[in-house]
Amino acid sequence: MTGFGWQLEVRPHPQCRHRTTQDTGRSSSYPQVLSTTQGSEQPGQQCLSSDPTQIQARMGSPVHRVSMGDTWSRQVHPDIESERYKQTFDVERLTNILDGGAQDTALRRKVESIIHSDPEFSLKDNYFLTQSECYEAAVEKKFHLQMLAQRQGWAEDSREAYYAYRTLSGSLGFSLQHIFLKALRSLGSEEQIAKWVPVCNKFQIIGTYAQTELGHGTYLQGLETEATYDAATQEFVVHSPTMTAIKWWPGDLGRSATHALVQAQLICSGARQGIHAFIVPIRSLQDHTPLPGITVGDIGPKMGLDHVDNGFLQLDHVRVPRENMLSRFAQVLPDGTYIKLGTAQSNYLSMVVTRVELLPGITAELQKACVIAIRYSIIRHQSRLRPSEPEAKILDYQTQQQTLLPQLATAYAFHFLARSLLEFLHDSHDAILDRDFSLLPELHALSAGLKAMVSDFCTYGAELCRRACGGHGYSKLSGLPSLVTKVTASCTFEGENTVLYLQMARFLVKSYQRTQVSLGPTLQRSLPQSVAYLTAPDLARCPAQRAADFLHPELYTMAWAHVAARLTKDSVHHIQTLMRSGADEHEAWNRTTVIHLQAAKAHCYYVTVKSFTEALEKLESEPAVRQVLRRLCDLYALHGILTNTGDFLHDGFLSGAQVDMARTAYLDLLLLVRKDAILLTDAFDFTDQCLNSALGCYDGNVYERLFDWAQKSPSNTQENPAYEKYIRPLLQSCRSKL
Amino acid sequence: MNPDLLRERAAASFNPELLTQILDGSPENTRRRREIENLILKDPDFQHEDLNFLTRSQRYEVAVRKSANMVKKMREFGIADPDEIMWFKKLHLVNFVEPVGLNYSMFIPTLLNQGTTAQQEKWLHSSKGLQIIGTYAQTEMGHGTHLRGLETTATYDPETQEFILNSPTVTSIKWWPGGRITVGDIGPKFGYDEMDNGYLKMDNYRIPRENMLMKYAQVKPDGTYVKPVSNKLTYGTMVFVRSFLVGEAARSLSKACTIAIRYSAVRHQSEIKPGEPEPQILDFQTQQYKLFPLLATAYAFQFVGAYMKETYLRINEGIGQGDLSELPELHALTAGLKAFTSWTSNAAIEACRMACGGHGYSHCSGLPNIYVTFTATCTFEGENTVMMLQTARFLMKSYDQVHSGKLVCGMVSYLNDLPSQRIQPQQVAVWPSVVDINSPDSLTEAYKLRAARLVEIAAKNLQTEVFHRKSKEVAWNLTSVDLVRASEAHCHYVVVKLFAEKLLTIQDKSVQAVLRNLCLLYSLYGISQNAGDFLQGSIMTESQITQVHQRVKELLTAIRPDAVALVDAFDFQDVTLGSVLGRYDGNVYENLFEWAKKSPLNKTEVHDSYYKHLKPLQSKL
Repeated sequence: MTGFGWQLEVRPHPQCRHRTTQDTGRSSSYPQVLSTTQGSEQPGQQCLSSDPTQIQARMGSPVHRVSMGDTWSRQVHPDIESERYKQTFDVERLTNILDGGAQDTALRRKVESIIHSDPEFSLKDNYFLTQSECYEAAVEKKFHLQMLAQRQGWAEDSREAYYAYRTLSGSLGFSLQHIFLKALRSLGSEEQIAKWVPVCNKFQIIGTYAQTELGHGTYLQGLETEATYDAATQEFVVHSPTMTAIKWWPGDLGRSATHALVQAQLICSGARQGIHAFIVPIRSLQDHTPLPGITVGDIGPKMGLDHVDNGFLQLDHVRVPRENMLSRFAQVLPDGTYIKLGTAQSNYLSMVVTRVELLPGITAELQKACVIAIRYSIIRHQSRLRPSEPEAKILDYQTQQQTLLPQLATAYAFHFLARSLLEFLHDSHDAILDRDFSLLPELHALSAGLKAMVSDFCTYGAELCRRACGGHGYSKLSGLPSLVTKVTASCTFEGENTVLYLQMARFLVKSYQRTQVSLGPTLQRSLPQSVAYLTAPDLARCPAQRAADFLHPELYTMAWAHVAARLTKDSVHHIQTLMRSGADEHEAWNRTTVIHLQAAKAHCYYVTVKSFTEALEKLESEPAVRQVLRRLCDLYALHGILTNTGDFLHDGFLSGAQVDMARTAYLDLLLLVRKDAILLTDAFDFTDQCLNSALGCYDGNVYERLFDWAQKSPSNTQENPAYEKYIRPLLQSCRSKL
Repeated sequence: MNPDLLRERAAASFNPELLTQILDGSPENTRRRREIENLILKDPDFQHEDLNFLTRSQRYEVAVRKSANMVKKMREFGIADPDEIMWFKKLHLVNFVEPVGLNYSMFIPTLLNQGTTAQQEKWLHSSKGLQIIGTYAQTEMGHGTHLRGLETTATYDPETQEFILNSPTVTSIKWWPGGRITVGDIGPKFGYDEMDNGYLKMDNYRIPRENMLMKYAQVKPDGTYVKPVSNKLTYGTMVFVRSFLVGEAARSLSKACTIAIRYSAVRHQSEIKPGEPEPQILDFQTQQYKLFPLLATAYAFQFVGAYMKETYLRINEGIGQGDLSELPELHALTAGLKAFTSWTSNAAIEACRMACGGHGYSHCSGLPNIYVTFTATCTFEGENTVMMLQTARFLMKSYDQVHSGKLVCGMVSYLNDLPSQRIQPQQVAVWPSVVDINSPDSLTEAYKLRAARLVEIAAKNLQTEVFHRKSKEVAWNLTSVDLVRASEAHCHYVVVKLFAEKLLTIQDKSVQAVLRNLCLLYSLYGISQNAGDFLQGSIMTESQITQVHQRVKELLTAIRPDAVALVDAFDFQDVTLGSVLGRYDGNVYENLFEWAKKSPLNKTEVHDSYYKHLKPLQSKL
């Protein structure tokens, strides 16, 4: 658990709720936002005007867009300007759709301009700071933001607070406070919530969430920290019995937190009751020194996330009152009687919530990486495409398109995926809190598998974007290294990805096994929606006859469903075969995990393709935007097929000739998406300050900015002690006549 | 010693010492390497700072001190042989990048390659002794791999017999060269903190005529230009560096595998069977599936690296005697293999890091540092896609040659066997598909067929595009995705082939058996990951692919007992690994705690920011 506290509220914000009630009864809040928040333009009206001032007006003010505050910003580089000249779709509409409505875009921009007008929030020097300075800068920014929020009346968990967080790329301290509160709301009783939330909001205490230990992470049952109930004093004694039980990794723990929500094995009346959460004070509220029995500190330098003080915590028989155990799902009575109020899975709810809410933030990192790499690929000219012509923009090279454009498609696909999962969470969250757990298994599986997929793909994609910028992508001033090191952390925190994929696989296998035992007419209804295809009628051969057939969402959605179903069946059969030959169930499971992984990944791909096509269906009134998004959806799906052709050829679902057709369709798509590439990156509407990249600015003035920024590096402005100490003596050791 | 590691080592089926000797090239090499390493380890002047706790400026300073000290020490110990220098450097620098390294890796080799005897006499001695510190300034802000696009000008002035150097535009500013003296540093980077990669802007800067390296091309005092015999010769330095980088890919990946596999043998987690103690994570099939193919890759690249080095030295002798016949293939091979091995190792090192879970993200694991240092290889000394396309150009040339009736030789000789006149790209089913998945030779054949098929498809698609469009360059661009695939398949074939051939030279039975399993795993894993290519080309059937998947899993189980011994055989010193997780003794957790306590953030009990920001915040809200 580290410091990615993306503060996206589960519940739609008030305006969004309001709009939902205006609608005609469709259950999700998202499409209604679109249809009720039209700006001055009519639905379907296309903006093909090429008047730059009009374009400028629609795309937000120049001040908003071009804002690094340097001299080159006044002029947009002609190479990038020409890319924006011909608009086949209205970029502003797409931005609105991504934001959830024109009002949301307006609100976000308002927050951004407030933040950017205050130099205290500048991120520009971040790349020059040491770990300690980074931490301090993040705490300082958090302080200023709290002051600002108070002045502006931005509530905790408001839209504005979320936008502020996004604007600052999360370079803020105390982000675990948010996770602490989430867990408290999920696992705490109403009295506990009423007691602790207000003091958190006023920063009277700073909370962190301490689950991971030195020896154990994702495997919750293996945690060693103990909380033993002492009925005599009505206290829990929280203790780290071994070296490996030391809490390790929690963000904000190293230097900041005053309280930790400690996950520990509950022991009461001599019986072990499993993992429960306890609020443990760790630092003095008077002088911030560690309390008796507490050994706490920072775990040292990491690959990235320098601004987060991930910490360790060793507990030596620390006593906390009985009331500090979170008791929504389980209670310990004063006499030590243990009462269970929920299922074993209820403890997972806070993790589920956290994982789902991570997705938009992880996706945003890939989106930013695409913006930077694609804009740079327009400015960068290298080598020639035709001997007589000037050097070509590198985005015109097929290999560069093949590297970047599928990543752009993925960035869009995950946007819609995250949104649909948030909606699902929203729809099921209240029921689960009311102890109706019927949707929890599916939600748990989806949150696990999709967290794994999104973090995997975004990390891979961001790193591809970085390398696609050649050597300059290696410079921190490109913004890409810190972006990569940040997003890659998400592959191992909040559940290691392989373990998470396997959790999803377990759900797939169980669902399929259910279909095997209970064949009947009500069967399909009994399978959760996301896996209903396991029993749906399936074609053994793909019907595509020409390349264009691969540009149909029904076709590739079906293809992904086919592969996911086949791999799930393979998993089940493999387990059965092993068990027939004498292996026990657990051994058979372990020896099938490689297939489980493939099945889970194919299922995730299917879910993503499906959520993207469903989002497209809701855009009937926006044909131009829909068309451009549709291409991205096609590209995402085909890219996946072509990187896994073996899975599709394996049982003859696709023939060799069909794979070639898919490849033709894919290569043609690259050219089409290429034309809109800059507009598609503009539509994400990240400000220059938020990107914080010399390569990715809106105006395209890459080289001037890079040169200027480099000269401000401390390595140039400070003295070079190595020269006097070592270089000069060397050079003069044998005075040369050169 | 950690009991798990003790048990693992006792259970190994072979003697890792013998394998170490194979990796070093001979028992004598192993002996000498260790002797040199011990010189350093026993030297009281050798200080080992943990680079993770230093700022960038401190890292640079320490690295410069180490570099300067190293010159002195190597003279003292009489170390001059290139291999011995490398062994010495690897340990002496620990994991610091050598800030004056460009002097040795680029400046001096270029001088040797392209300088006249007189020029070498003038500059070589002082640069070797670091009385001058050389760098190599090729890359500019606006141009990297595409050499002809460079904008810096050197205008000859016959009157003064000088060249006037100019940086005419912003994009022509030299960018990235290491080892600055008076110019600027380009700022913080992903890795290479110790290296002061710099910029250099020149404004009518004059240098004497003799400073142009003139072994091949020359400018006479009157300004007459004399062309070099072959313009390929100027690529000599690059070829040398690229073949060295293949070895670096192997070494970096070997380190990452050592750390991840030792840690996976020490780490216990979760359960396979309820009620039993937590198993070592190396016993999970998914963990084996993540790591063992990478271990096999590390061995494959070790052997490729050794082959490249030998080939370079052999061909280089020929070049010295004016024989340029092998240069085109060498150039094509080093470019593609540099790209292939660095891309693969890049992803593999990251996979090793992630296989260590959260602790892999901490610098205590040593893995982030290995990664950020190594990943630069993908973009420097020739961006990888461009490298792949260089190899593709050679493959297309060879294909055309075969097509016009001439035989080709070397690694591309399989193109001679193409029944290309008879078949269409999609109709390759005429090829025999009897692949024995337990025979390295047969698998080499399968990879050969895949390479041949993809080269042919690229060639035919290129022809079709040329036919439809007038410009060759446009056609090339529209086929480049296919061309890169063809190059990758060619390189993959070369690696499989070299690994299979290496097996034949191994004497010891038990070592041969374990290497054979690794070779099979490398080959079969590659097939399972690229099954589409083998199925579509009818090189293998669907049921064979199923057998391949199954055999991969069996090999994981077969390699499992030898995994720790296989990484021990790489014989890295703990200081070189720089990893708490990868320690030879396996005492991970105690040392992790000790390491963390040294973090700069723990210097005071209460951090300054509490007084500056936190207290005021609490009072104001």
